[in-house]
Amino acid sequence: MNERERSVRGEAVRMEGIVKRFPGVTANAGIDLSLNYGEVHGLLGENGAGKTVLMSVLYGLYRPSEGQIYLEGNPVSIDSPAVAIRAGIGMVHQHFMLVPRLTVADNMVVGWETSRGPFLDRKRIRKRIKELSEQYGLEVDPDSAVEELSVGEQQRVEILKALYRGAEVLILDEPTATLPEQEVEAFFTTIRAMRDEGKAMVFITHKLREALTICDRVTVLRKGEKVGTVPTTDATEAQLAEMMVGREVVFEVQRDRVASEGRPLLQVEGLSAVDDRNVPAVEGVDLTVHDHEILGVAGVQGNGQTELVEAICGLRSAVQGHVMLNGEAVTGSSPRKMAEAGLVHIPEDRHRRGLVLNFSVAENAILGRQYEAPFAIGHVGQSKRAIAGYARELVERFSVVVPGVRTPARALSGGNQQRVILARELDRKPKVIVAAQPTRGLDVAGIEFVWEQLLAMRREGAGILLVSMDLDELMTLADRLVVMYQGKLVGEHRPGETDKQQIGLLMLGGAVETS
Amino acid sequence: MRLLRELGIIGLSVSLGLGVGAIITAATGHSVPAVFRELALGAFSDVYRFANTLMRATPILFTSLSFLIAFRAGLFNIGAEGQLFIGGFFAAWAGFTFSLPPVLHLVVCLLFGAAVGGLWGFIPGWLRARRGANEFVTTMMLSYVAILLTQWFVSPGGPFHGGRMAARTVRIESTAELPRLLAGTQLSWGLLIAFIVALLVWYFLFRTPRGYELRAVGQRETAAEYGGVNVARTQILAMVLAGVLAGLGGAAEILGIHRGFTVGFSPGYGWDGIAGGLIARAHPIGAVFAALLMGALRAGGAGVDRAGVAPRDLVEVLQGLVILFVVAPELFRLVGRWRLRRRAHGRAQS
Repeated sequence: MNERERSVRGEAVRMEGIVKRFPGVTANAGIDLSLNYGEVHGLLGENGAGKTVLMSVLYGLYRPSEGQIYLEGNPVSIDSPAVAIRAGIGMVHQHFMLVPRLTVADNMVVGWETSRGPFLDRKRIRKRIKELSEQYGLEVDPDSAVEELSVGEQQRVEILKALYRGAEVLILDEPTATLPEQEVEAFFTTIRAMRDEGKAMVFITHKLREALTICDRVTVLRKGEKVGTVPTTDATEAQLAEMMVGREVVFEVQRDRVASEGRPLLQVEGLSAVDDRNVPAVEGVDLTVHDHEILGVAGVQGNGQTELVEAICGLRSAVQGHVMLNGEAVTGSSPRKMAEAGLVHIPEDRHRRGLVLNFSVAENAILGRQYEAPFAIGHVGQSKRAIAGYARELVERFSVVVPGVRTPARALSGGNQQRVILARELDRKPKVIVAAQPTRGLDVAGIEFVWEQLLAMRREGAGILLVSMDLDELMTLADRLVVMYQGKLVGEHRPGETDKQQIGLLMLGGAVETS
Repeated sequence: MRLLRELGIIGLSVSLGLGVGAIITAATGHSVPAVFRELALGAFSDVYRFANTLMRATPILFTSLSFLIAFRAGLFNIGAEGQLFIGGFFAAWAGFTFSLPPVLHLVVCLLFGAAVGGLWGFIPGWLRARRGANEFVTTMMLSYVAILLTQWFVSPGGPFHGGRMAARTVRIESTAELPRLLAGTQLSWGLLIAFIVALLVWYFLFRTPRGYELRAVGQRETAAEYGGVNVARTQILAMVLAGVLAGLGGAAEILGIHRGFTVGFSPGYGWDGIAGGLIARAHPIGAVFAALLMGALRAGGAGVDRAGVAPRDLVEVLQGLVILFVVAPELFRLVGRWRLRRRAHGRAQS
């Protein structure tokens, strides 16, 4: 069968009644899925809905407890990824499976050597990469080491790898989750090119807008069950959200008109900082956050946001400049001092900073307050009971879904991990909250929760510095908006008065002259 | 439940290690039953031999605790052997230099050993925390410094040489002696001190704010930093405590058994502590059992040697195998997971 025939909308994959049980959990409860050549099929669902498990079954990572898979109408048993690859199924994982030190070309053939002799035919590999790159707009240098590539480029390598191995069916597991916003469009172009070539693609996501943009049909899963499959031509965001969550979801958050009293809570003046390689990353940033106010910082990742946040929160020393909290100079204070002075931080990386993953939920609930009574008894003791009691209270109040407070934080879903962090930090009754990408990787319900919590804190008078790469989030929440580009803040806007395109341009360094 | 599973895995590992050991024993032309009989007899056959096991377990418990407390902070203390030597020497020094009332003298000597051991931990800790020097290397190098320095101290011609021909100091005052626990054996009160210290280490790690911070640093430095923990200070603290524990072990060994510093007092107890700490999965209570296992191997090995059924080298091969198998239980976990998958596979087919 050649490419052309394939694109005649034949059925590539059919999964029938797939059941996957894990001890104590049914991750997939009898799911049917049909995937055609020349189709981008969205797989939507909240975290834990069973999307990745279903696709892992297709890719041979899990064996289904029940059910049958058909490839082009023939029943098959996919025992391992090797079988899947041979059958023409490729998967691009959320966390890339590349060998960082090897070149792009070498990564193509790791575990998949096709040359007969003992040596690799690098010339042929390179030629094939070039062909594929041109065909699908996947530009990448075959001779660069993978570790030197950006996230977007690494993703291209993953896709190339699948194509190189002859994939006709491609599973893309949340491909845009790690992608900078400005690279998403190029990525979609590639997807469209592949679709036009007749490839069948599953696009796992929980971003509704993307699903509607790129997919032809969408299958929605909820709690391991299939809710339905709908063509995107007659689906709306609200409809899909309701299918995912099982109830109506309000996207228009309630923003009460609380007026700021104009009291500056956080003042940053001329702040400069360097990144881990000692390269200037933040250059002379001024900003002020008032009471009852959310100041949004937009920008493409890697423009100094991380360093700015860390320098403000005492996690990175400032080269220059001042930070004032409620009128008091706190520049260079330790994170502990900052927290005690009323500034809390929702870190952008839950796993690296926000939680000690191997600690229990209870232990994580007091991170940052471990030395305070009643958790600590002087220097010599720790009250397990006080800690567990407090953790249970937080879990209850912030609706964290967790079997018990002794469960390790690692076992929680991303949304629940974020709830633990939010609960812990917001319960300190902060005056200022520095929230860095607080909804990254969260599903609809999780995002809704974080937004509500931030707005509630604003209502109570807190000043919030919200750093996000999600422009929609900023447009929804922020009272004022600044754009960070190459370590500097460019322009200040009020959402509603400025349109997205204009800010998008600023994020890419476009219209700096006009401001 | 978890403890039972861990014990099961360890039991299986010991058996496998001994099994491979048996093959090697047979292959080298020695009698397997005789070697294993003497191994068991040497460790457990009567109260004196069991006392021997406990005696050897004592310093290993100290060095295991030393290794694991650093390990809990994400650091590798490879230098327990040296900390043991330097702690032992200065305990002896305090023992023959000062004249103090009975109990006080003993306590002072123990503290001396602990303090100098702590200093030997502080140096690599400080270098790591403030200068980024790899503690793996620095602890190992300082270990050699300690061993060779104390060796020179007590060799003929050295400043503290007190034996005739032997490389040792003079005998410590009787007021500094750690009493024997069991008459006729070398087992001293050091064992009880070690048990108490193990409990204290457990309490520190799991029931104090500082212990919490230490574990947080070991798990995720960046998260600990975010949580207001002074990472550098915590790392230094962990290495000091590691040194203190090993130094105390050396002190107890010298004051309780040899009653004067002698260079040959450790057959590698510091190194055994690395294995002990790993076998214990870095848990202080687990370390008690790990140390007993290692002590039994050492005592049993001496039994085999004494009985003359196999050369000492073969016994060390046996010991090494058992330790290797116990420290590498990941293998069994993998087998377990593989079987689970096979079972799931079977269900899917039916």
